[in-house]
Amino acid sequence: MSSDKSGFEPRIVAFLCNWCSYTGADLAGTARMKYPANVRTIRVMCSGRVDAQFVMKAFAEGADAVLISGCHTPSDCHYQEGNFKALRRYYLLKKMLPQFGIEPERLRLEWISAAEGDKFQEVCTEYTEQIKKLGPSPVKKGVKNG
Amino acid sequence: METIKLKINGFEVEAFDRQPLIEVAEKLGIKIPTLCHNPIIEPYGVCRVCTVEVRHGRRVRMVTACNYPVTNGIEVFTESERVIRNRKMIIEWLLARCGNVPVLNKLAEQYGITEPRFGRGTDDCILCGLCVRVCQDVVKANVLGFFERGPKRYVSTAFDQTSDLCITCGACASVCPTGCITVEGLQEGIYKEMPMGPITPIHIDFMQAVPKKAVIDHDSCINFKTGGCKVCVDVCEAEAIDHSMQETEKEVDVGTILLSTGFKLQDGEALKEYGYGKYPNILTSLDFEVLNNANGPTGGKIFTQEGKVPKAIGIIHCVGSRDKKYHEYCSRVCCMYALKFAHLIKEKIHDCEVYNFYIDMRCFGKGYEEFYNRLLKEGVNFVRGKVAEINDAALDKSEEGKLILRAEDTMIGTVRRIPVDMVVLCLAVEAQEDAKELSHFFSCSVGRDGFFIEKHPKLAPVSTAADGIFIAGMAQGPKDIPDTVAQAGAASSAMLSLIQQKEVEAEVVTAMIDEETCSGCQICVGLCPYTAITYNKDKNKSELNEALCKGCGTCVAACPSGAAQQKNFRDSQIFAEIKGILAV
Amino acid sequence: MAKPKVAFYWCASCGGCEEAVVDLAEDILKVVEAVDIVFWPCALDFKKTDVEAMEDGSIAVTFINGAINSDEQEEMVHLIRKKSGLIVAFGACSHLGGIPGLANLTDKESILRASYLTGPTNVNQEKTIPLAKSPSPDGELHLPELKANALALDQVIDVDYYIPGCSVPKKLILDAVTAILTGNLPPKGSVLAPTRTNCDTCERNKTKPEKLTISKFYRPYEIELDEEKCFLAQGVICMGPVTRGGCDERCIKGNMPCRGCFGPVDNVYDQGAKFISALASLFDAKTDEEVQAIVDTIQDPAGTFYRFSVAKSYLGHKVS
Ligand code: SF4
Ligand code: SF4
Ligand code: SF4
Ligand code: SF4
Ligand code: FES
Ligand code: FES
Repeated sequence: MSSDKSGFEPRIVAFLCNWCSYTGADLAGTARMKYPANVRTIRVMCSGRVDAQFVMKAFAEGADAVLISGCHTPSDCHYQEGNFKALRRYYLLKKMLPQFGIEPERLRLEWISAAEGDKFQEVCTEYTEQIKKLGPSPVKKGVKNG
Repeated sequence: METIKLKINGFEVEAFDRQPLIEVAEKLGIKIPTLCHNPIIEPYGVCRVCTVEVRHGRRVRMVTACNYPVTNGIEVFTESERVIRNRKMIIEWLLARCGNVPVLNKLAEQYGITEPRFGRGTDDCILCGLCVRVCQDVVKANVLGFFERGPKRYVSTAFDQTSDLCITCGACASVCPTGCITVEGLQEGIYKEMPMGPITPIHIDFMQAVPKKAVIDHDSCINFKTGGCKVCVDVCEAEAIDHSMQETEKEVDVGTILLSTGFKLQDGEALKEYGYGKYPNILTSLDFEVLNNANGPTGGKIFTQEGKVPKAIGIIHCVGSRDKKYHEYCSRVCCMYALKFAHLIKEKIHDCEVYNFYIDMRCFGKGYEEFYNRLLKEGVNFVRGKVAEINDAALDKSEEGKLILRAEDTMIGTVRRIPVDMVVLCLAVEAQEDAKELSHFFSCSVGRDGFFIEKHPKLAPVSTAADGIFIAGMAQGPKDIPDTVAQAGAASSAMLSLIQQKEVEAEVVTAMIDEETCSGCQICVGLCPYTAITYNKDKNKSELNEALCKGCGTCVAACPSGAAQQKNFRDSQIFAEIKGILAV
Repeated sequence: MAKPKVAFYWCASCGGCEEAVVDLAEDILKVVEAVDIVFWPCALDFKKTDVEAMEDGSIAVTFINGAINSDEQEEMVHLIRKKSGLIVAFGACSHLGGIPGLANLTDKESILRASYLTGPTNVNQEKTIPLAKSPSPDGELHLPELKANALALDQVIDVDYYIPGCSVPKKLILDAVTAILTGNLPPKGSVLAPTRTNCDTCERNKTKPEKLTISKFYRPYEIELDEEKCFLAQGVICMGPVTRGGCDERCIKGNMPCRGCFGPVDNVYDQGAKFISALASLFDAKTDEEVQAIVDTIQDPAGTFYRFSVAKSYLGHKVS
């Protein structure tokens, strides 16, 4: 699948909300669907908990991409509207990232429900491929500050 | 009411003063023939076949029993020679107008009339006026009336035109003693037109209904159309019927809720290849259940729409289930009820050929496999293969009017073509249409297939992601009755134990606001979907009510002071996680 | 008792912080009386060799203002660190990288090009660009070399305390000096300013609506600014909620929103990212399009949210 000759294995940090996406990931697990080990998940209760600081921190720590995944809008969020907060932060962040030299594609927002283990698998696989093509993050590991 | 004494055919009997004679006779078990009498309509004695002889002292009179008010001391003879003579005469007169009406002929036979003296007329209305009166006095639709006079007198609608006033209640047809009124549209398609609809506007849904109470179908009840009728009110001794009741909304405070909203059957017309709705005699499993029901429209007799006893019936399993085009899941109930259908058909129509088309037989429950084996012995034909198509393309005369099933029989490796008279489609069970909407309302979720998702398939099978919300039955996924009952039991005991506890476990991962560092900027306040945060003006701090907080952490992410933090999901913990997972 | 020795040093700075010291007016005299100023290149003539000659740790406290963006500054602060007991990062640039840190959002070549070649006020026919080393008849000349990125002081040397602000308000300077002289100091690493953000003391906080939502942003010049209403409620970006208080809301009182010069409070590291989380939450938008439309009304997010703190953000600079 991978056309990458350098053997570059991206590291993708995925923030998953507890109720939909994390459960979806869990379902992918129970259904024995494999997703690339490149995706490293962090569980939060809701995508609304994801602070832009987490994203910047992840990039600073050398993540090649960040995936935020929550329950489908408009109304699947277990807490009613946390996913909207994530949506808003996402767009603003995406506008700012290039100013720091980070390609906006390195940040992705997805809505994955508890039933969509297969979608979780698809997104992870496809995103890993995409980031492989894009190459390593311009942030050198161990950036000074932070 | 004053009671009086009288004698009927020599028997002494008590009655209320002025009670209609026919009622008193009936109490004694004495039958008096009637035509124009109907208990729901004020009698007015027009057909006169109920004529009897009444003696009071020396006075002897011939009266109509249906509307004669009894008085103290009278003596009644219902079968005296004079009465019989009189009645014969009356019947002959009636025959002179309506010579071919079955009820009249039956009466004639009873009274030994073979050659009526005044000949036989060809009309079939005896002009008893029951229909006119039921329409006017009971239904209050005022559609029917008498027209013309003398021998030309007849019953009709105004100007003999189809009337806008008619509500098609059918009351006139049902009271007509001669059966000469038909309501267009009601006669066709015994089960097709109203497969599931109530048989009468007031009815008990089905024998196993819980609670087993009569209900009134608002759409067909005459009272809701004309304000009339209320026959049911008159006959209900418990005085339980009140048409003026209104739908009301009640607010009830509860601590736990069970979502057990059931399922719906897939729409048969969605599967074009099976021609449901296009060809007659293709039934859904529910249609068949109704047809086959002893309380159903045919009294449990299996008829085709044309009223014939079917000679061959095809039962198709897994319609819309286990099919990537519709539903990938197995509906779990079809195999067994399809076997039950086959068994019942065989029981009712011994020589009927029954074909069950299946993909796999899934007889997983207790005693199920045994039942299947029994059916194999009963001569049911099992064809392993999916029916590809149903059409009515007859190859010869014998196949005309039949349904032709084409299916691959994977056991013998050929395509078979089987003509049958009736087909039963075992359609997939589906999630209710509003399940998703409900799930939003109750903060739980539905899966891809639309059924509610349990908190954990093994560890919390009747709980949902929302505390206090439980699920049971088909709403959670296809299952049969024993499984549903088991699940419902589990859910209700889980709910009861929650209620018994009298307290709920608070959310552990709530947010908290550090008073010291909160600047009172109020950014968090409007973000909380549960209004758990309030701004304290005096202190210039935002304060968090932990009992209301559900722990989403939205306010925490937003707090520009880092004053709001979430238990177990503190910023510092998540930063450490980020560092950790990126360390290698 | 000998007066404590005090030093001031300036790095990449606009001069505002020096001005702030001088602005202490008669109060400065009290300070001067109480201490012995041993090094203050901006006001008094000292040489590097004078510092080198001092005993290590002999300066009680050195206040360093300005960001570090040349090798010379780097060398000097290392030297000063050795000679000083306490180092206080003085002002936003030293504390957070400040305005010079904004240069981190571009690269060194572009900065040099803009400063020496393409700047509208430049006349530079020879297209001279300063070189760290250049030959001359008297041998090779050395000039301080511009670093790739401006750094906050603590990214170069160990810092004991911070006094924030662009520039530092008088009260904070006096409080800090008093604390140092009396030895009444908080734990090392503290910012000598309040622990809460500007909204805490801002008069306008009262006018915040119960549920603050924003459907369009305006830059201050685009609307007539209400003098009493909270800026956010007017759709104007105010960094007050994410900026440490202690400035007496001087910008806000001048009817300009807070720009964030005091940096974040202790529980927040990345001021800009934190503000994105706070501000975006308030958008009155539920669909991608609606959100995007509001985002479109925000110009230069990095420059706005990190006006003073690019160097101290998680990334620190534009990466490439
Ligand atoms: S964590 Fe969520 S539920 Fe709790 S107070 Fe904050 S916004 Fe409200
Ligand atoms: S957002 Fe933070 S600082 Fe502002 S009021 Fe809420 S808790 Fe206090
Ligand atoms: S947001 Fe700005 S103007 Fe509004 S209360 Fe806070 S500091 Fe004051
Ligand atoms: S209001 Fe903001 S920008 Fe202005 S001085 Fe205060 S902290 Fe600095
Ligand atoms: S709980 Fe999944 S996005 Fe809010
Ligand atoms: S039944 Fe009494 S008159 Fe017809």
